[in-house]
Amino acid sequence: MTLNRRQFLASGVSAAAAGLLPFGAFAAERKLTIGALYVGPHDDYGYNQSHAQAVAKLKALPGIKVVEQENVPETVAVQKAMEAMIEEDGAELIFVTSFGYFSHAVKLAPKYPKVRFAHCGGLWQAGKDPANVGSYFGYIDECQYLNGIAAGHATKSKKLGFVAAKPIPQVLRNINAFTMGARSVNPEISTQVIFTGDWSMPVREAEATNSLADKGVDVVTCHVDSPKVLVETAAKRGVDVCGYHADQSVLAPKLYLTGAEWNWETVYKAYALAAQSGAPFANMTRGGLKDGFVRMSAYTAATPAKARTAIDGVKAKMLAGKFDIFKGPLKDNTGKEVIPAGTTLVQTDLKLESMDYLVEGVIGSTGA
Amino acid sequence: MSEAVVSTLAIGMIGGAIRVGTPYLFVSLGECITEKGGRVNLGLEGILVMGAMSGYALSYLSGSPWIGLLCAAAMGLCMGLLHGLICSLPRVNDIAFGIGLMLLGTGLAFFLGKGFIQPQAPQLPALSLGSFIADPRWRSALSINALFPIGVLLSLLLHWGLRSTRPGLALRLVGDHEGTARALGYPVATVRIIATAVGGAFAGVGGAYLSLCYPGSWSEGLSSGQGIMAVALVIFARWRPLGCLAAAMLFGAAGALGPALQSIGISSGYHLFNAAPYALTLAIMIASCRPRQTLGGTPGELSLTR
Amino acid sequence: MSELLRERALVLMRAPGSFALAALPTLLAVCSALAMFSLFLLAQDVSPLEALRLMFKGAFGSSFAWANSLQRAAPLMLTALCVALPARAGLVVIGGEGALALGGLAAGSVAVMAPSLAVKAAVPLMVLMGALIGGLWIAFAGMLRQWRGVNETIGSLLLSYLGIALFNHLVEGALRDPASLNKPSTLPLPESWMVGAMPGLEVHWGFAFGAAACVLAWIFLRWSVPGFALNVVGGNVNVARLVGLPVDRLVIGACFAGGAAAGIAGAFEVAAVQGSANASLLSGYGYAGILVAFAARQNPLAVIVCAVLVGGIGASGSLLQRRLGLPDAATLVLQGLIFANLLAWEALQGRLANWQLRLSSLGARDV
Repeated sequence: MTLNRRQFLASGVSAAAAGLLPFGAFAAERKLTIGALYVGPHDDYGYNQSHAQAVAKLKALPGIKVVEQENVPETVAVQKAMEAMIEEDGAELIFVTSFGYFSHAVKLAPKYPKVRFAHCGGLWQAGKDPANVGSYFGYIDECQYLNGIAAGHATKSKKLGFVAAKPIPQVLRNINAFTMGARSVNPEISTQVIFTGDWSMPVREAEATNSLADKGVDVVTCHVDSPKVLVETAAKRGVDVCGYHADQSVLAPKLYLTGAEWNWETVYKAYALAAQSGAPFANMTRGGLKDGFVRMSAYTAATPAKARTAIDGVKAKMLAGKFDIFKGPLKDNTGKEVIPAGTTLVQTDLKLESMDYLVEGVIGSTGA
Repeated sequence: MSEAVVSTLAIGMIGGAIRVGTPYLFVSLGECITEKGGRVNLGLEGILVMGAMSGYALSYLSGSPWIGLLCAAAMGLCMGLLHGLICSLPRVNDIAFGIGLMLLGTGLAFFLGKGFIQPQAPQLPALSLGSFIADPRWRSALSINALFPIGVLLSLLLHWGLRSTRPGLALRLVGDHEGTARALGYPVATVRIIATAVGGAFAGVGGAYLSLCYPGSWSEGLSSGQGIMAVALVIFARWRPLGCLAAAMLFGAAGALGPALQSIGISSGYHLFNAAPYALTLAIMIASCRPRQTLGGTPGELSLTR
Repeated sequence: MSELLRERALVLMRAPGSFALAALPTLLAVCSALAMFSLFLLAQDVSPLEALRLMFKGAFGSSFAWANSLQRAAPLMLTALCVALPARAGLVVIGGEGALALGGLAAGSVAVMAPSLAVKAAVPLMVLMGALIGGLWIAFAGMLRQWRGVNETIGSLLLSYLGIALFNHLVEGALRDPASLNKPSTLPLPESWMVGAMPGLEVHWGFAFGAAACVLAWIFLRWSVPGFALNVVGGNVNVARLVGLPVDRLVIGACFAGGAAAGIAGAFEVAAVQGSANASLLSGYGYAGILVAFAARQNPLAVIVCAVLVGGIGASGSLLQRRLGLPDAATLVLQGLIFANLLAWEALQGRLANWQLRLSSLGARDV
């Protein structure tokens, strides 16, 4: 297994480097139909909304038509929904926005070699996966690091809370970045994690937020599909909160420090224009703050002045490409060294996309 | 375990019992009334979801959460009435129709509720019962929503009503022995229809609790089967309203166990801890049921226990 | 006993003749459900004719649509049997989702335990494992009912929730393939193990298997002695005890068979669709099976038709979303309406049966 993983890590790196797409170039206004599939409701104040909003922006582009389908389960239903979009609507580019759709896209792609399947979050492997499947994702951990700095400045109890769905690499990377951001302010800070077990569990998310607040945690954030419940519960408990996926500041205007948001519009526009003009399909697209794939929520009255300066400083470095979050020596929370001294994992390093540890300062474990 | 850990856990469980348990209380009281009349309504799940959606929608549109609550109760009443009427037709299986109502209610709520996932609706107020305590955690655990005391009062009222009032006795008679009730001149079908409708109203309020109190927001994943579980709770409450209160609190506390354990550092096996309420219910049912013998308090006409 | 047998046999023999009468309430129910759905759409400012046309097109309007509907129907037939078989013994089992999950997990774990197995052995072994574990899970609900008096509806639902928790615990824990990064799964099946499509169709073999299982169940219930005995238990358990039928064994056996069907559905989801056991197995097939079984009035042959119909409704939702901008829940509303109507019109079925009885007693009195 490990061997397998190494192999594809090695193959993926070059693809990532070549990943970015041509921007801005206005192609001929060829008619193009784009399909988009969401795993949940497209107005969930979270993950699905972040995608749907960006797709909605595409509708304004000349010559582009969009067809959408929400609440598509990760079964044959995805394959059939994609196929229906191709057969019945003539879709030539499909945004497959849930991680669990990847295997289905890979399965369907050879049957429709002219259609581009752009998948969110997957790891496309050259030689193994079809050439008309591509994967895109954003380094939102950069924003979670900045969230952590805000939290580090706001906390008085030195205890932060993180409500997460499942201990998977994308989530662990966020928890770690958040914690490291906070500990860059004060190394005594710790983050308590609570896993709810699934992506949308409103009652359990509220209960997790409450138990964190009971434990003395005074800043919370999350990685679940819809952060609305967490933000509202935090507001009720008078606990500061950092947003995720989309801007939730209106839900807790007095306690919302800042937030990590997706900005899929950048990615989607590039994919749409490339498909329209016939430019080559990018199989591996990754980007962070400096590429405009992710962004921070605007500061609110709740954001401490010190935090603003600190965040602005780090953000400037990130935008200049001069900041690395994961560098050695780094220990996990069992004391094991996970990145040796002298080693720096740059954001594009695919090792980061298979993260399986929680860093020092996180209270919790990665097992089920 | 250190003292701090124990107190954190205790606060979590007690607060959780009330926060998580209240919807179970309302739905199980509703099911209790329905079953006392000799019918089973598995559709309470659909009614609960519909109540959650309509309560939230009306609270948002009218600006008053109490209007939302009333609307949820009215919605529950109508859907309960529908169940009562249809199941009075010959050959209609009440369990099966309940499953149909569950599907229909969930579908309608999801369909009509799309526009209300985003907005924030005014919430029902909370009462601070613990304002004299210095510890903010206890204060928060005891900051109890207005619906909880109403639920407690209702279970006391039902306890008394079923025992010592004429309508209560009539209901029990209809549920226990249809033939006798008929012979005594009670309109069996009407009594059952009324009981099912009132039960539906209770479930509607339970749903409104989810969307207007805790977690206090409408979304499609809001209910995790609270409506169906209420049927199980009524069985192990032995069809006693006060038993429903105890069962709902126990169930709520068990539901709060998963997150609370993680917050004190017991982090592995959370999927199993989260299933604690179901394991608890099953264990209690296994312990308390006897083969080929109905439980004490079982309404004789109930299709569920035959 | 012989009296009872004779009476029952006569009823069964007459059944084909009254097929039209039995189908009438079903037809009326579907029509009234469609009428209600149309009114609902009108209230949403959507043209019902256009919507129904699109739904038909999406479900059965082309070979692609047919493949879509049949593919979706494959697991539904098996999960419907999980309801229909115990229902013959008078039980309402609603825990198919848990049996499906655990059956899928059992099938997926074959790849973990014996990855070098040949295809010819691996696929049957997966199906067998799925059947065994799924069967045991529902049989347990049957045992609790027969031996402890725990209501099977609630018992099976609780067991289903527990099964799902166990499934998640194992898939994300002990049985997790460390390379399944962001979607915790068991070790993927070797490529050669994957069950493919039936020749000339874009529908996997699970459909044929499901349909065959339904036909077998029907033959079993109609022509075999235990099948007959099961019907007696479902008809009147006291009579069944009186005539000395092994009621407990029959009930638990029916539960096992039903659970096995759901477990096989899980095994096929793993072997034909997902390629490993993961949370995508939990997509409500078990619950949809309840709908199918009740719509089919617990008749295994009718289950095939109803599963295709429900699969078709699911398939049709896609066009409704893309062409009319209706929410995905539109199909859920239609399903609910059809189901509720079917049950409500059951009352008419009773009336019809009465009329039929009267007619037959007026005519031939030779029976």
